[in-house]
Amino acid sequence: MKVPVPRALSKPQKPAEQGNGAGPAVKEAPADLVGWLDERTGGSSFLTGMLFRKVPKGTNWLYTLGSATLFAFTVQAVTGVFLAMFYTPSPTQAYSSITHLTNDVFLGEFVRGMHKWGASVMIILIFLHMARTFILGAYKYPRELNWVIGVTLLILTMIMGFTGYLLPFDQRSFWATTVGNNINGTGPFIGPYLADFLYGGPEFGATTLSRFYSIHMLLVPGLIIALIGAHLFLVVKLGTTAPPWLEPKRSRAIIKEEEL
Amino acid sequence: MNRAEKEAYLRDYELLKKQGKPFFPYAVMKDSTMALIVVAVIIVMALVLGAEQGPKADPTTTTYTPRPEWYFFFLFEVLRVIKPPALVPLATIIIPTIAMVLLLLLPFYDRGAQRRPERRPIAMTALLMTVVVMAYLTYAGATAGPPSQIDVKVPPQYEAGKLVVAQSGCLACHKIGDNGNGTLGPNLTQIGARIPRNAILRSLKAGPGIMPSFQSLGEQRLNQVADFLSYLK
Ligand code: HEC
Ligand code: HEM
Repeated sequence: MKVPVPRALSKPQKPAEQGNGAGPAVKEAPADLVGWLDERTGGSSFLTGMLFRKVPKGTNWLYTLGSATLFAFTVQAVTGVFLAMFYTPSPTQAYSSITHLTNDVFLGEFVRGMHKWGASVMIILIFLHMARTFILGAYKYPRELNWVIGVTLLILTMIMGFTGYLLPFDQRSFWATTVGNNINGTGPFIGPYLADFLYGGPEFGATTLSRFYSIHMLLVPGLIIALIGAHLFLVVKLGTTAPPWLEPKRSRAIIKEEEL
Repeated sequence: MNRAEKEAYLRDYELLKKQGKPFFPYAVMKDSTMALIVVAVIIVMALVLGAEQGPKADPTTTTYTPRPEWYFFFLFEVLRVIKPPALVPLATIIIPTIAMVLLLLLPFYDRGAQRRPERRPIAMTALLMTVVVMAYLTYAGATAGPPSQIDVKVPPQYEAGKLVVAQSGCLACHKIGDNGNGTLGPNLTQIGARIPRNAILRSLKAGPGIMPSFQSLGEQRLNQVADFLSYLK
């Protein structure tokens, strides 16, 4: 398949030979914005490197589960921004701000629905993605670190589910969070401190909601974004695994070279 | 994996990559198709299932059954099944923590060079067992009765009183059979044998010690409760 590619993104040409040995030659002044940016950032060689990097044959639909998880996370981030415009994290106003958002705001219930169900979709996708990397042995050398980052992302995603559930502040969410936090409180050593930290005191109080809110929309998403960055950096650097059944074809020349 | 296996892997991978296809457009096409499917599913779910809002949170009610999001059902179920208070932290914190640590450290104890699933029987058995256990716990948590349930069998005329007791938070302080938490109040499993019906009724109305008065339940429900409790012998 032949795809038209903008000139700045086409395969990198060999840089002009260094003219006189007096340092790198300056390229001809580009006239367009893309060229201007490129001269200052080197972005296009980075982009072409990313886009045209080779991936092994046989990377099938199972290999899209990671980027699907990323996409579900993006949906959560975007819908979350809109929800935050209307939400008030105080015990007296949280419930009514959600009622207002659901009933009066244009597309309010729709965006809430997307955020709510998007969370479940993301959880399902993250488990499927983990199952894929487990079954195909993708966590083995040299990708161990990416597995560790992945499990951390899984835990953080579950924390998002736990902290987000309280925010609508209806009976369901209040009692589920109470039970959940009592569970935290039974933990050995740090359990009681963790429960105290989440509640902002010995029990559910005026600042509990704003704690959950800031953990849910600042702290944990920040960590998730940073870790997704590291995860994807390693994916690009190490390359995605080939299906374990695939053997490379070896020409005679290669075999000979390897025997040395 | 020893050094030779690592080198062999890297050599093979290098070749596979050379013989592969460019990320763009092949992988990009698949990824974007998948992204469209994901967003379509989310939109359809949002439109069909909506986002209902339950009654406002009320910390003073004790009749409400807590219900977590479905992906925490397994924990909820473990909490429901494990009754002795001494074992609760084991089930809710210690075992999940150990499971998470095992998951996190997987690449460091499973270091074999073999990647084909059909030649990794231990890993695949562990996966299957984990999936079955999680699916079972999630299913059981989803279909479980409320945690304020009382499992004692009684004749039908005492069911009404049993329900009131189950829903009024008595189990927060009292134990009845295997249910409830017996740390604050006396065990009520055989209360009918210990004190007469009118003494029970008096306790309910007065609220002895730290027990609150349940006068507000109303005469009819108080009598049902008293009937039920005095049946427990
Ligand atoms: C806050 C904890 C608490 C709650 C909730 C509670 N109780 Fe009690 N209950 C107690 C305590 C403590 C005692 C013992 C009081 C004393 O004698 O000092 C007690 C005593 C009793 C007694 C008398 C037992 C005896 O041996 O004399 C009965 C009957 C009883 N409770 C029934 C109930 C019922 C029914 C409910 C629910 C409608 C209930 N309690 C809710 C704490 C509680
Ligand atoms: C927010 C959550 C996550 C995102 C956005 C994400 C994203 C991705 C993406 C885009 C890839 C590229 C290959 C593919 O799509 O399969 C990938 C690879 C990988 N991921 Fe994740 N991931 C997440 C969570 C996890 C989890 C929970 C694990 C496992 C515990 C994990 C382990 C891995 C491993 C080992 C690879 C390398 C696979 C290979 O090279 O074949 N990731 N991830």
